[in-house]
Amino acid sequence: MFPGPWLISEPVSRKSPQFQVPARPAAPTGLRRRGRRSRVGAGLAVLVTGLVLAGCNSPTFGASHGTDVQGQDIAKLYSGMFITGLIVAVIVWALIGWCVFAYRRKGRSIIPKQFQEHIPLEITYTVIPLVIVIVIFVFTVITENEVDAVTSHPAVTVDVTAYQWGWIFHYENSKGVTLQTQGAVRALPAKRGYTASVYPQLVIPEHQPTKIVLRSDDVVHEFYVHAFNFGRFAQPGVRNVFEFTPTKTGVYPGQCTEYCGLYHSEMLFSVRVVTPTQYHHWLSYQEHHLNQIPKHYPLTQL
Amino acid sequence: MTTLAARTEDLLGPPESEHGPSGLLKWLTSTDHKVIGKSYTITAFIFFLIAGAMAIVIRTQLAAPDNNIVSQHVYNELFTMHGSVMLYLFAGPFAFGGLANFIVPLQIGAPDMAFPRLNALSYWLYLSGGTIMLLGFLTTSGAADFGWVAYAPLSNSINTPGAGPNMWIVALVLTGFSAIFTGVNLCATIFYLRAPGLTMFRMPIFTWNMLVTGILILIAFPVLTAALVMLWCDRNIGTHIFSVAGGGVPVLWQNLFWFFGHPEVYILALPYFGVVTDVLAVFSRKPVFGYKGMIFATISIAALSTSVWAHHMFTTGTVLLPFFSIMSYLIAVPTGIKFFNWIGTMWRGSITFNTPMLFAVGFLVVFLFGGVTGIFLASPPVDFAMHDTYFVVAHFHEVLFGTVVFGGFSGLTYWYPKYTGRMLNDTLGKISFWLMFVGFWVTFMPQYLLGEEGMPRRIAEYLPHNNWTILNRISTVGAYMLFLSVFVMCVNFLEAWRRPVPAGDNPWDAHTLEWATSSPPPHHNFYWIPPIRSERPVWDHNHPDHTTLYEHRPRPGGRDLVGAQAGRSAASDPRSGFGGTAAHTGAEAESPGDDGESGGWE
Amino acid sequence: MKAEGMVLLAIGCFFGVVALVYWFWSNETSGTAMLTGAFLLGLLPGGYYYWWSRRMKPRPEDDPHAERAEGAGVVGAFPSSSIWPFVLGIAAASVGLSLVFGFWSAIVGFVVAGGAVLGVIRESRRGGIV
Repeated sequence: MFPGPWLISEPVSRKSPQFQVPARPAAPTGLRRRGRRSRVGAGLAVLVTGLVLAGCNSPTFGASHGTDVQGQDIAKLYSGMFITGLIVAVIVWALIGWCVFAYRRKGRSIIPKQFQEHIPLEITYTVIPLVIVIVIFVFTVITENEVDAVTSHPAVTVDVTAYQWGWIFHYENSKGVTLQTQGAVRALPAKRGYTASVYPQLVIPEHQPTKIVLRSDDVVHEFYVHAFNFGRFAQPGVRNVFEFTPTKTGVYPGQCTEYCGLYHSEMLFSVRVVTPTQYHHWLSYQEHHLNQIPKHYPLTQL
Repeated sequence: MTTLAARTEDLLGPPESEHGPSGLLKWLTSTDHKVIGKSYTITAFIFFLIAGAMAIVIRTQLAAPDNNIVSQHVYNELFTMHGSVMLYLFAGPFAFGGLANFIVPLQIGAPDMAFPRLNALSYWLYLSGGTIMLLGFLTTSGAADFGWVAYAPLSNSINTPGAGPNMWIVALVLTGFSAIFTGVNLCATIFYLRAPGLTMFRMPIFTWNMLVTGILILIAFPVLTAALVMLWCDRNIGTHIFSVAGGGVPVLWQNLFWFFGHPEVYILALPYFGVVTDVLAVFSRKPVFGYKGMIFATISIAALSTSVWAHHMFTTGTVLLPFFSIMSYLIAVPTGIKFFNWIGTMWRGSITFNTPMLFAVGFLVVFLFGGVTGIFLASPPVDFAMHDTYFVVAHFHEVLFGTVVFGGFSGLTYWYPKYTGRMLNDTLGKISFWLMFVGFWVTFMPQYLLGEEGMPRRIAEYLPHNNWTILNRISTVGAYMLFLSVFVMCVNFLEAWRRPVPAGDNPWDAHTLEWATSSPPPHHNFYWIPPIRSERPVWDHNHPDHTTLYEHRPRPGGRDLVGAQAGRSAASDPRSGFGGTAAHTGAEAESPGDDGESGGWE
Repeated sequence: MKAEGMVLLAIGCFFGVVALVYWFWSNETSGTAMLTGAFLLGLLPGGYYYWWSRRMKPRPEDDPHAERAEGAGVVGAFPSSSIWPFVLGIAAASVGLSLVFGFWSAIVGFVVAGGAVLGVIRESRRGGIV
């Protein structure tokens, strides 16, 4: 339980339920079974297929499972790749280990057989990695297209502007009213004295696509939300567009991950995912308080 | 028997080298590739120690959240200079300036590099560039603090003003020219100064890799130098190449930089792949398995590595994701070939685990994991999740530390007898290895986990509630172990210097031409070379009954015959038995049961 | 010479293909320009070596059956020591520093570099051991 900057009114921490991996949507059992069968039977390429299809059930080895649709896709891909990579690595490690233990010199020096090549074998171990990477590439392209897809009519559009060292979140609602939330990290009086309100917060609704339009005022920054498994550069002169469709309410930490100068390490923000109803309450509240930059909005009133 | 010796004696006249300048003047004026190679090695090693000390400070700062060992500004300078010094001043020059400079002419039976004075100029440009880069710390604004990648527009004169960053640019231009000259020199040497019979496809893998590295240098470094000149103009004379305000394109810097930057990674890695290949073969007492496959793998890696630059830029949203993704994935194929060839080299060998071999096997183990995590990052979606987190930091340290330090220490301990004529202490070497191997995993595995938990790189502090403290602290402990390991290695060098143990010409019963001459080699390298009928002339000469077998070749090849010829001509050579035992004093007693082989090293 | 030429040509051709694919797929200029540069870097020396290899006698180092004696004779002039690279390096460093601290040190640098170049030329003309 930490009284950290992500917090607006509820205590949130990595250990708290909001930070936990979301309950995974139950995968169709057929798919799961297919995944299992392939894991037993077939070669590595098929294995990847199976694992990616088995999807949400696969472990992510410490990485986030994703609390939005796109992040979950990435987590599945990562999981499949990690397992494939681990299997390949274990096989190769085993071969190295076997050489080290079986062929170490025992006793007197002998000169082993001086063989140098085995063309069929060499072709085999050229082709197998080639097949593996092509299969991985196919899954990569599929996931990539899902993750980068932008719907034509997103429920919410937020203009995000990064600057040294803070964020501006700029909303445009249906009535054409704009509002901003922003927070400058350097407004901190002292490091220990930070309060929740100082770090800017992005509020977005659950289960609806939110389009983010990302740009930078000065240098290159990166908009990174770990729970969404997603980062994207904010660059001067470039307008990057992407979407999140959160699947679980909660407060998720975000941070600039591309080095951007002196106070890079303090360029934090958070994303608060609320229900659509709460979101509209929040938006209309903001509309009525346009004159003040909503530094600290009591979410308990939602 | 009128060979290269006669050939060089014609040229040399009296052995004036012995009357030449000595001491400081020798160091300043020598154009001998061996002296320059040693200078490069020592200088690069000192830069390694300096950058390593910076890493220790960085890790200490990160051992606790909100730590205040150094200020944020100093921290930013430190990680910038740690990266810059390690990559530009240690890893590359240690390979293509140090090891290659010393070893490549010896491995191809050449008297010197093709352009000795250009070689010396390379060294002086490198030394002055490196010194200028580090002197940046003494300026009022401090050293460069925009990261070793210097992304525009952070690297412009508004965001990072002062002399320090300008000195960084100038230093890189100087070392860049130094690298280009070395690249030219390596290619020319390998193309023109090989010994008779040493065809391209008989060169040792290390020399092959250095040739490919030289070509890569010529492709990559001019781009960096050009980009740096543009950056200097933007900073100092008001051009707007990288600034949006003046109509420039900031992302152009990233394209230019990474077009240099990714080949640079392989400029760092390929030489050590070569070292490890040679070491594995020598200590397994077998030829390199899949010799030609190894060469084609090296060339493919080099070619592909120049077409994947934007996989560092997936998250910019401005690059062609599938193209760079598939090209990056494809690198896994030749790298896989290399791995299996390395395993094939050890397969059914008779492996002795001296320090060089331990480091080589350590390289295999750690580089494998680094390579596999590299495949994850070549996937744009996974990269979106991991980019600029500690996962990337752990990945490239695993790859670069794995190759440069494990491979470099392997090469350094392997060729140390050739450099100095002295043996290193094997026990100290093994202690150093195990400290490094364990310390390596302790340092970098937690960083993978930190990256998976979303810790960004290049942050001077993190919040206590992120639960990153424990992992960071473990990583810091690992870094201290690495430091200790390098310290033990330094003690080893010091011991060898204080209490020399003579090495003999060929202490490892090695394969390639550098072991046919004395340790250290005479001026202009060779009085005599063995006949060259395969890629292992020294082995063929010492073990005429154990030349390479080509039994799995589909078509009946003519090279069996050639191998047999090599055996015969070597056996009939009056000087058979050169190398190995000749100067076998005290270093390692020759085992009586050593099946009568001359070069039998325990 | 043939193997050398082929290696460079192969690398050059690879970049030629990649440059074409990249250009038509991405329309991005800087990368295409650099890949074209790499293509030429392989093509020009590679083509030259290959062209030359068809017109010259095979060198002993290209002949797998060459005897060692075939390589006898003068390989080239290899100076064993020269102070001028050091002087030239210092000159280059001071020209470099002029880009940071002002142009006065460039004057010094260019004068010293000129001297060093003259020194190298004189050394080479004199021939022999320098």
